[in-house]
Amino acid sequence: MAEAQNTPVGSTTAGAIAVAAESTVATRMSAPPSFDVADFPVPHGREEEWRFTPLERLRGLHDGTAVATGDSLKVAVEAPEGVTVELVGRDDARLGRAGTPVDRVAAQAYSAFEQAGVVTVPKETVLTEPIRISVHGQGGVAFGHQVIELGAFAEAVVVIDHTGDVVTAANVEYVLGDGAKLTVVSVQDWDDKAVHVAQHNALVGRDASFKSVVVTFGGDVVRLHPRVSYAGTGGEAELYGLYFTDAGQHQEHRLLVDHNTPHCKSNVAYKGALQGEDAHAVWIGDVLIEAKAEGTDTYEMNRNLVLTDGARVDSVPNLEIETGEIVGAGHASATGRFDDEQLFYLMARGIPQHEARRLVVRGFFAELVQQIGVADIEERLLAKIEEELEASVA
Amino acid sequence: MATLEIRDLHVTVEADNATKEILKGVDLTVKQGETHAIMGPNGSGKSTLAYSLAGHPKYTITGGTVTLDGEDVLEMSVDERARAGLFLAMQYPVEVPGVSVSNFLRTSATAIRGEAPKLRTWVKEVKETMERLSMDPSFAERNVNEGFSGGEKKRHEILQLELLKPKIAILDETDSGLDVDALRIVSEGVNRVRETGEVGTLLITHYTRILRYIKPDFVHVFSAGRIVESGGAELADKLEDEGYEAYTKGGVSA
Ligand SMILES: Nc1ncnc2c1ncn2[C@@H]1O[C@H](COP(=O)(O)OP(=O)(O)OP(=O)(O)O)[C@@H](O)[C@H]1O
Ligand SMILES: [Mg+2]
Repeated sequence: MAEAQNTPVGSTTAGAIAVAAESTVATRMSAPPSFDVADFPVPHGREEEWRFTPLERLRGLHDGTAVATGDSLKVAVEAPEGVTVELVGRDDARLGRAGTPVDRVAAQAYSAFEQAGVVTVPKETVLTEPIRISVHGQGGVAFGHQVIELGAFAEAVVVIDHTGDVVTAANVEYVLGDGAKLTVVSVQDWDDKAVHVAQHNALVGRDASFKSVVVTFGGDVVRLHPRVSYAGTGGEAELYGLYFTDAGQHQEHRLLVDHNTPHCKSNVAYKGALQGEDAHAVWIGDVLIEAKAEGTDTYEMNRNLVLTDGARVDSVPNLEIETGEIVGAGHASATGRFDDEQLFYLMARGIPQHEARRLVVRGFFAELVQQIGVADIEERLLAKIEEELEASVA
Repeated sequence: MATLEIRDLHVTVEADNATKEILKGVDLTVKQGETHAIMGPNGSGKSTLAYSLAGHPKYTITGGTVTLDGEDVLEMSVDERARAGLFLAMQYPVEVPGVSVSNFLRTSATAIRGEAPKLRTWVKEVKETMERLSMDPSFAERNVNEGFSGGEKKRHEILQLELLKPKIAILDETDSGLDVDALRIVSEGVNRVRETGEVGTLLITHYTRILRYIKPDFVHVFSAGRIVESGGAELADKLEDEGYEAYTKGGVSA
């Protein structure tokens, strides 16, 4: 794929590997984590965590002016037998265990939601069918909270589909018991005007594996913040993402893997394609290896394919290492234009330009999709990508 | 009968902010059924000729004409040229990540033939052609040229040649990087296509080795951006014995 020197004007692909005595990931935030929105000042846009985000397009999620309207989100959960699906009040003890809101909008969501969804897969339950959660926006403003918990040695695939139009902020928690295996696919297929800001917290148990697949196509502004930490040794996290940013869209994926426990693994791979005037993709990949996390093995990667002029990418991998006793740590980031040689090769075989472009983009994503390892999800994603390409890559 | 006519072709490239003329008046006519070998030293412009005929965007045509059966090739886009019957087997085939060989071949055959080949006959056709080229069936599921060895890339090019059945095939150093076995296998593939009598072949090579397997009707010596001498197969023997020195040390004009 095209390399970094091919970076379109106006884009950044900065990167850093810092060897620090103390994390700067935490100190870069404007306030310490808190469940209470009052603990965060209203952002003005120059804060580290907000500098890429168009605050004026958040429709008030960041400054308290967005107020929940009734019936804005229709949530439907389809779960196989053995799974418990509940709606619980704010004081339920199972909420807030996987992580604490780290910015004002996440805290706003936590302070404003009325009921939380809790989906529980009991210990040692191995599901053969996915749990499907459909989240459909019906206009207005909504704040949400969702917990998905797997007991020890449980195994599940969860597919969350976001469609329709809404302005929403939410926190999603994934709590994995020892040896549990969870794959979550979150598809953001919103209508053009939707605004979606969410923090995802995963707490990965001892020897558990967590796989997250984030797929963002739609929306006016989508800003997701998947975060992982470990509750025991031997945990594994794989964070995959793909996004297709069209004219005028802002799609921001900020990741944090906190290696707070020895002998855990993480692998982050996000790929995006952009096209059209003012398409803006932001990818922040923070990986922190704490002093006590010896034996850590981590790799993070972000690649962007810019299909037209006028699109902008900000890609910032950031790896902080506080111990030298690790197995491996690496990062890569590249943003490039269409590879003319690939196009030429395909066209020299009679394939018309628009079809050749689609093949290249499909191929770019297929490489990532092939890593997901759940066949029907791979197929569905490829079909979805196909649909997106049919509609947009000409 | 298909005829490719190249007349006084001049081509430049942009390099280091300067415009450099690489082809300085190439004249050549290739007819269906004929095989022309173009031989010349490194950097003489052989690949530039091949790429220019295929329409690579890096090369600017500054003069001359190219026609295929009277149709202006230079007016056509890259894909139109291919659909008109031109095929370029590349010296350095390009990797296309995430696109499988089988998908690529079928998409390409559909474009060239104007309709999707019937699945059953197509699968058989691909399988048999791969077998004859000693390509393992697993290649069909691999990504185009990704991780292929030099020899495997060349076989994959000839596989396409056999499947796409062009009117004019330009083979740019298909022999380079091949061991003797691979050279024989690849040459047999080219010969199968030639024996149909339906293709005009422009065989670009640096070495005479491949001409033992693929007998040319005409041999052209290429030097400094033009054809400086033309003859029959015997000219290749002369080059074998004497090398290109006589042509590169100046003094020779076409
Ligand atoms: N895209 C390009 N940009 C800059 N210079 C080029 C480009 N393509 C060709 N050239 C130059 O044009 C000249 C001819 O190159 P070309 O590749 O056509 O030679 P060739 O005869 O095919 O050589 P070889 O036997 O090594 O394959 C060389 O000096 C080369 O450096
Ligand atoms: Mg060459």
